[in-house]
Amino acid sequence: MDANALMAIDGLSAHYGDFQALYDVSMRFPKGKIISIIGSNGAGKSTLLNSVMGIVKPSAGKVCFAGKDVTGKRTSAIVANGITMSPEGSSVFEDMSVHENLLMGAYLPEARKRKDSLLARAYEIFPALKEKEKQLATFLSGGQRQMLAIGRALMSDPKLLICDEISLGLAPVVVGDIYSRILDVNESGVTVVLVEQEVKRSLEYSDYGYVLVKGRVVMEGETKDLSEEEVKEAYFGTGKYA
Amino acid sequence: MELFVQSVISGVLLGGLYAAIGVGLSLVFGIMGLTNIAHGSFMILGSFFVMVFSRQLAGSIVLALAVTLAVMAAVGALTQGALINRVLDKGAEPALLVTFGIAIVVQNILQLIFGADFKSISSPFASVNVVSTKWVVISGEYLVNFLISAALIFILHFIIRKTWLGRSIRAASGNVTAAELMGVNTKRTYIYAMCLALVSGSVGGMLVGQTFGFYSYSGMSYLIIAFGVVVIGGMGSIVGTLIGGVILGVAQLLGAYFFGPGMQIFIGYLTLLVILTLKPRGLLSSMVRK
Repeated sequence: MDANALMAIDGLSAHYGDFQALYDVSMRFPKGKIISIIGSNGAGKSTLLNSVMGIVKPSAGKVCFAGKDVTGKRTSAIVANGITMSPEGSSVFEDMSVHENLLMGAYLPEARKRKDSLLARAYEIFPALKEKEKQLATFLSGGQRQMLAIGRALMSDPKLLICDEISLGLAPVVVGDIYSRILDVNESGVTVVLVEQEVKRSLEYSDYGYVLVKGRVVMEGETKDLSEEEVKEAYFGTGKYA
Repeated sequence: MELFVQSVISGVLLGGLYAAIGVGLSLVFGIMGLTNIAHGSFMILGSFFVMVFSRQLAGSIVLALAVTLAVMAAVGALTQGALINRVLDKGAEPALLVTFGIAIVVQNILQLIFGADFKSISSPFASVNVVSTKWVVISGEYLVNFLISAALIFILHFIIRKTWLGRSIRAASGNVTAAELMGVNTKRTYIYAMCLALVSGSVGGMLVGQTFGFYSYSGMSYLIIAFGVVVIGGMGSIVGTLIGGVILGVAQLLGAYFFGPGMQIFIGYLTLLVILTLKPRGLLSSMVRK
């Protein structure tokens, strides 16, 4: 992968007290691609994302975005560079309407100036949200919350969109629908990182894949070169990965 | 009967003033989960500023209030930015202790400068009765207190519900991480929130300064009223403080009507206790903080 990727993660480690959750993780997210990070529960996916987004302070390593070092910066300062994350469990603002949730996504000055066109785009990508515009987010279904979280993330007009566990707890047909929307988003020029437990779908939708096991990258490559069987062996620690 | 009607009307008007006393406390609790023990002392600091500035500014209470609000906003920013934000990450208790310390410092500085004498701010409406019939008397001062307080609550409600600042405040109060992911610097949001709280507290400070008077240590007794109002109305709810204030005000004056003036405060807090038993989270609790 090229050295001047949109995001470059080098030798990232993270600890919770004495427990080390990430070991020397390096990744490249090239511009315009869809990258998947696959791993089971406890593999360190969330820790990785939280370290990248400044929610957890990494203990070693470096995160660069568009050539700029953003390691350990305040989350809001990292977001201001054009990175956005749709958090796991789609944590939306419960006591705000769908409309207000989307507006929050356009909080930063650049996006705020263009909030009307961004809002129109979000409703175009997720028409289901338009119908629920005035409803409080707390009354949405799981799939609608996920759409809202992604729509809200897109309101900042990001260069890089990170989606944490989109498929978690959703019906397959809903997940398929959301994934196809993400392909549209990617085609409009946004680099996308999908973080998933589900091997098959991740490989199907992404250009490049990383497999994370116990805080380490154990496998990576172009998804066309990765076989589902081999990824599963790495994922579960069976076969030659046992 | 006349006295009963009079008690209810006066109670409602008094309740408006109570709401102005409590709303800043409610705001800070709703947004950062912090019980600001210094709220009453900051309020009285506002009273002193209005008193001093109105002497300097040819007795103009409006100008004095304007300058006071600007100064108190700066005090709020300094308090939050330099002190409370530093300890807020470590949980609610350290921050609570810091506000307790601030309360003591503010009271003692005020006593050092102004002594322990009772002060008051002159009000242009002090001896005017707007309505004066055989049945009821409505004092201009109480009516103006109520109207100013209601306007204050309305403005704060508007800011919280309809502006970018308000949305960022609600976002930060609901979910700090998600708010940061939207690009909201939550520490800065807390600073704005504290400014709003002290500005609204100073309006309350001016009104109590005109109506009841004050001295350097009055803050703590007003803090207790603020607690009552906020607990009845629901911690974190702006409109709730107006309702809480009115309930407390009416309860106190009806208590005085039925059981004599000595029972006024007691009946007020008995009502608080009853409401807490029935609705432990207060009547309204609009900002979600679990």
